[in-house]
Amino acid sequence: MKIPPPIAMLAELTHRCPLSCPYCSNPLELTRLDQELDTQTWARVFREAAGLGVLQLHLSGGEPASRRDLEELVTAARDAGLYTNLITSGIGLTEKRLQTLDAAGLDHVQLSLQGTNPEMADEIGGYKGGFKRKMQVATWIGQIGFPLTLNAVLHRRNLHQLPRAIEMAVEMGARRIEVATVQFHGWALKNRDAFMPTRAQAQEATQIVAEARKSLKGTLVIDYVPADYHDDYPKRCMGGWGTSGLNVAPDGQVLPCHAAQTIPHLEFDRVQDKPLQEIWYKGSAFNAYRGTDWMPEPCQSCDRKTVDFGGCRCQAMAIIGDPNATDPVCIKSPHHGALQQQANTHAVQVDAPLNYRAQPQRGVVQAD
Amino acid sequence: MEAQDIPALPRGVRLHFDRVRDTWVLLAPERAVTLDGVGHAILNAVDGTRRFEEIVDHLAESFGAPQEQISSDSSGFLDALRDRRFLDVVS
Repeated sequence: MKIPPPIAMLAELTHRCPLSCPYCSNPLELTRLDQELDTQTWARVFREAAGLGVLQLHLSGGEPASRRDLEELVTAARDAGLYTNLITSGIGLTEKRLQTLDAAGLDHVQLSLQGTNPEMADEIGGYKGGFKRKMQVATWIGQIGFPLTLNAVLHRRNLHQLPRAIEMAVEMGARRIEVATVQFHGWALKNRDAFMPTRAQAQEATQIVAEARKSLKGTLVIDYVPADYHDDYPKRCMGGWGTSGLNVAPDGQVLPCHAAQTIPHLEFDRVQDKPLQEIWYKGSAFNAYRGTDWMPEPCQSCDRKTVDFGGCRCQAMAIIGDPNATDPVCIKSPHHGALQQQANTHAVQVDAPLNYRAQPQRGVVQAD
Repeated sequence: MEAQDIPALPRGVRLHFDRVRDTWVLLAPERAVTLDGVGHAILNAVDGTRRFEEIVDHLAESFGAPQEQISSDSSGFLDALRDRRFLDVVS
């Protein structure tokens, strides 16, 4: 198979974050401040990414605004020729910082939404006053004129707020909303009892999205990530392993997806040791699940094998302990029935508590 | 797209020459659209001041193609971008 150059890179600038959302996609083992890549290394990685064929750069975290050099990093990314997107909760951004980011050439902002009112949003984010602050930041974003995508993360506790989330996106002048049902990786795996939507909720969300797409055509684009465990076919994770995107973790490890560190046999190269080009084309982690040769049955003889590429490797690892297996979401997996039953059991745990994401441990250098 | 419509690329949507893939692309929020020669020519003519009918005239002349065909092709292309919020229209 001819390996295509990557289109997108997710730069996880830091694992630090003022919020502690229980569905955070960061790994359970968080990188400390003193292990984070410095400004110059990130700038070099951005240039290497552009040279490799990356067009879209997503600055993420943790909360990227927790990096004091965020403005410098945006300048470096634009100088490298990358389309630069900031994925943020808004916390840590001030009007002045946003103006500086504007001057630095930031192309787009993706703002997360934990709930449509302070009660929900602050409880899920574990940060009192967060919702109010976010609304203020959204106003500044609108005044400056940044193109905006609202990213609403939905689960059993807040799925009823979906219609309001869509309205809010329109009110904020967002061109797009990402309606993302929680995917169970990272910290979310610890919170399946609290967050697993019911099957009825998942179906209702799909219907609401379909109707809103019609009524808001030309006004708001809706990207939809449906509930996973209730589906009959798995998602085409990352557009196919090692085909369109890569992640760089705060400590410089280069990952095929953000949960890849949960797969024990994979080894990850670091940007400090090798050029990104070599890591993408020759790195063992990227080649582990590229294409279709690695696939077991029932994938190998399946006519969907180049549609979903066997689904999510990390999900196969998380649910059945085998990263080489067919994603258990797939109706052809021998584990599909058990997973559906498990999903239904999670979905009725009405009193399940929230297990919040931890913060990175402080190292020898004190965090600010 | 109506004759009098003035299409424009909104903030955050821009043409970019992709040296690695040797092609023009339209960069938009979290998306990249690969452009063929025709798509690139159409968007090159979108400057936020020309009306759609003027764009069609311009393209028909430069490609030596019938107005009607250019009009329907460009209209479909621009409408699709508009639906994805990659294009604004001032009328």
